[in-house]
Amino acid sequence: MLRDEDRIFTNLYGYQDFGLEAARKRGDWDNTAAILANGREWIIEQVKESGLRGRGGAGFSTGMKWSFMPKNVTDKPVYLVINADEGEPGTCKDRDILRHDPHKLIEGCLIAGFAIGASACYIYIRGEFYNEGSNVQRAIDEAYASGLIGKNACGTGYSYDVYIHRGAGAYICGEETALIESIEGKKGQPRNKPPFPAQAGLYSCPTTVNNVESIAVVPTILRRGASWFAGLGRPKNSGTKLFCISGHVNNPCNVEEEMGIPLKELIERHAGGVRGGWDNLLAVIPGGSSVPVLPKSICDTVLMDFDSLREVQSGLGTAAVIVMDKSTDIVKAIARLSQFYAHESCGQCTPCREGTGWMNRVMQRMVSGNARMEEIDMLLQVTKQVEGHTICALGDAAAWPIQGLFRHFRPEVERRIQAYRNAAPLAAE
Amino acid sequence: MPKLTIDGIEIEVEPGTSILQACEQLGIEIPRFCYHERLSVPANCRMCLVEMERAPKPVASCAMPCGDGMVVRTNSETVKKARKGVMEFLLINHPLDCPICDQGGECDLQDQAMAYGFDRGRYGENKRAVKDKYMGPVIKTIMTRCIHCTRCIRFINEVAGVPDVGAVYRGEHMEITTFVEKAIGSELSGNLADVCPVGALTHKPYAFTARPWELRKTETIDVLDAVGSNIRVDARGAEVMRVLPRVNDDVNEEWLNDKSRYSYDGLKRQRLDRPYIRQNGKLVPASWAEAFTAIAARMKGLPGNRIAAISGDLIDVEAQFALKELLTRLGSANLDCRQDGARFDTSVRAGYLFNSGIAGIEKADVILLVGTNPRWEGTLVNARIRKRYLAGGVTIASIGEQRDLTYPYSVIGTGPETLQQLVDGSHAFSETLRAAKNPMIIVGMGAFQRADGLAVQAAARLVGEAYGMFRDDWNGFNVLHTAAARVGGIEAGFLPGEGGRDVHGILDGAAKGEIDVVYLLGADEVDMSRLGNAFVVYQGHHGDAGAHRADVILPGAAYTEKNAVYVNTEGRPQLARLAVFPPGEAREDWKVVRALSEALGATLPFDTQTQLRQRLMAANPIFAAVGQLTPATWAPFGAQGPVDAAPFVTPITNFYMTDPISRASVTMANCTEALVGPAQERTGTHG
Repeated sequence: MLRDEDRIFTNLYGYQDFGLEAARKRGDWDNTAAILANGREWIIEQVKESGLRGRGGAGFSTGMKWSFMPKNVTDKPVYLVINADEGEPGTCKDRDILRHDPHKLIEGCLIAGFAIGASACYIYIRGEFYNEGSNVQRAIDEAYASGLIGKNACGTGYSYDVYIHRGAGAYICGEETALIESIEGKKGQPRNKPPFPAQAGLYSCPTTVNNVESIAVVPTILRRGASWFAGLGRPKNSGTKLFCISGHVNNPCNVEEEMGIPLKELIERHAGGVRGGWDNLLAVIPGGSSVPVLPKSICDTVLMDFDSLREVQSGLGTAAVIVMDKSTDIVKAIARLSQFYAHESCGQCTPCREGTGWMNRVMQRMVSGNARMEEIDMLLQVTKQVEGHTICALGDAAAWPIQGLFRHFRPEVERRIQAYRNAAPLAAE
Repeated sequence: MPKLTIDGIEIEVEPGTSILQACEQLGIEIPRFCYHERLSVPANCRMCLVEMERAPKPVASCAMPCGDGMVVRTNSETVKKARKGVMEFLLINHPLDCPICDQGGECDLQDQAMAYGFDRGRYGENKRAVKDKYMGPVIKTIMTRCIHCTRCIRFINEVAGVPDVGAVYRGEHMEITTFVEKAIGSELSGNLADVCPVGALTHKPYAFTARPWELRKTETIDVLDAVGSNIRVDARGAEVMRVLPRVNDDVNEEWLNDKSRYSYDGLKRQRLDRPYIRQNGKLVPASWAEAFTAIAARMKGLPGNRIAAISGDLIDVEAQFALKELLTRLGSANLDCRQDGARFDTSVRAGYLFNSGIAGIEKADVILLVGTNPRWEGTLVNARIRKRYLAGGVTIASIGEQRDLTYPYSVIGTGPETLQQLVDGSHAFSETLRAAKNPMIIVGMGAFQRADGLAVQAAARLVGEAYGMFRDDWNGFNVLHTAAARVGGIEAGFLPGEGGRDVHGILDGAAKGEIDVVYLLGADEVDMSRLGNAFVVYQGHHGDAGAHRADVILPGAAYTEKNAVYVNTEGRPQLARLAVFPPGEAREDWKVVRALSEALGATLPFDTQTQLRQRLMAANPIFAAVGQLTPATWAPFGAQGPVDAAPFVTPITNFYMTDPISRASVTMANCTEALVGPAQERTGTHG
């Protein structure tokens, strides 16, 4: 249970104003110049020591990512790009940061940009987040007006610009290289790696792409010390995290909690418990639509962090907890996700373009049981043919929910197929 | 030099080599669809996946650069499974209509499905269907067959530089299309069907006409412009079914322009397949003997200076050489191979050749175009300039008209005066030229087809001299010819002899009655109205302007119908080979001249093509170096003198119709209709 004084996002619910004055009262922009004065190396070291792992889903060490950036100044500019294209179904954590606490993000942008030697920062905001984008823009204007960013940011002599780029509603533009393509004005399609963005990213210049939450927590980490952050949570899974709890709970909410909190405690304490009691729980998707579903038996004990969830063949993802009680048609729920991925596949590479559509069609039939038994194994083979063979992770994300479904709920699908056949025996039989 | 291990074999490769290229060096086959060695690498088909040690998942070998110590496996179970999987995905929405597909038999998808795919399909859902797109008169689309490799998009954007093709929509619904249903405005659009690995883009004129295994393939040379593109002519029986490019990195790489590729239907129309004699104002069919008799009767007793010959744009070296020998024997020095009336000094080879070679464009850092629209006069030269532009670090400028050349350039003047300003260094562009390491000038026929052509040539030479274009290691003075016959004719000496008339003199003489017999060797572009009352012998293969004016027609062979030498604008002799026989009684042109010489009592001293070629090589040794460039030695050329201030005008008004073959082609007529003239100005609300 996170103590109140350890909370980073103190205006998560928007009870206070999001503007600069209110943000300063909450401690933002407090002597940022002193943090920058410690130098690039120090900042990166501190972030590494804090054990902060990227909050966008993959969980890669943020400090490590920054250290991949070129150490020496070349003729090419360096960019920081903030991924605020929050489109993962079930996830709404960045949205609350953008609209209620934008100054945390902008201060983080300045510090992170300084640490990697960037000359400018682009915040790529999901197109649907219209008001959120406007709030961020207002915060940026305030920061410019107060000399916090822009020429001679915070009086340190460091020049730094922050721009907003609004997306147009494609899920794939949340993938870092597709996001870069989209900023460049091209069709949002992921790039092949290598080269990684740290070598050739935005406009072929070294670029770091970070999630909103990863950046927004940085100023607080540096103020309170890396050891404070590292001391929260479990080893290698340290710090606090925003959890978005949705679905069949009594009180769906966004909440900041310590990493490694038991799933059951998270739901019961903050979301008012599962509708109809814990025993009414059917399954939980613990990290947004891309990660495999977990049945109740695992949910009873699992801890909410990267490594614990990986051990049970799922993932923390964006920490969007989607709770489903026993009234849920689990096959239909997963089929809906398949439909989502088929719709959002960019169409660039073969396995994802063709595979997501195929998986979706078979899944839709399985909802009513209109399939053959052997198609279950065929479908699983198809997911394996997609997984790991694509340019970006969307292929994996489309495959995992289906694999999770059959790992834990295969008998349910088989029952439906049998029932369908019994109800409508084939003419030949 | 990274060293890596592929399938247990160690190999050291150049830095930047991809794993796929390294595999090719080892002779290991990696299946691929999207990868094309002359285009950028998107790695989207995922067919070339290989297993790499310490990589968590298979990597796309086309996009993964070789690194030191990599261990790669291309034949493991994982790799085979990955290929099978990708292959299956590619086929689930492919219509599998191979029996009615023009790509059948030469389809990458077909071949690789045989080699790497499953032996049956598991996809039971409905297949995707995609509406076909309009891509102009030469590209047929069956978009349901598309596998989204994006080679066409990359070709048209990168090589052709005409961004007319792109992908719209997402996921399964992604479609390749031209934007707003418009014909592709590129002279290289035919290559789209070549790069397409499946039957989505095919050649419209070739549709449903033949199967690849029925065709007889002949490697030969294209003659519809002066680039001398290497082609393969596919024929069935007596008919040319299609023309495809061959790889020659020095000339055309592996591309071909649409005129050279699709004019072949013109080879079947308007053909002269028997001799004709004009009687009472009408051309009537005749036998060879009658035709020769008629010519001999008219020529009898004529002094040599009343006979003249002009050769055309498509004529091979042998025929021009034979006719020149014949005229010499008849005592005439009135002959010219420049039917377009261009005036330039032919005494120094360097003065009329593309000296740097087409591949040399890639070494230039400043390119100055003079009186030329290379996009129409030498499409693949233009493609090479664009390639140079894409590589970066080049400045391109032009003296002449403002045209869309598919790369940015500045027009620094319109006429010869600008050249003079460059010579004396008063022009602003002089600084750029002075700073250049390998400056290049490309002079087109628009600069020479003027009364002051010789002075323009001299001025261009002086620009070259002033900015170090003539060095031992670099010759940046280039002339871009428009006709395949031109350089060959010059090298064979088909030029006015001592006291002879050039093409202007011949026409003036004929108009004034000073010339009695004009021998048009495939010359169709001269002003026939100026031939006066002269007796005109036309030898050629098409009933075009020359044949209409002729008094006697001698049917010759088109370039696909004879073994012959052509010399391209670089001065590179190349061999054209017989793919089909000439129609009817038509014969190879040198044979016609040889036979006529006998009828005229001036028998030429060769009976076979070998004897003719030996004489030719004795007269000019460059013909012995087939396929090679013989560097031209430098000496002053041109004639300094006053120039006319009139702007340079490009000689070609319609790219698709420049010669008798393309004028007889229906496909070229369709292209003209769709792409040249008013059609281009049409908007969506027209008809």
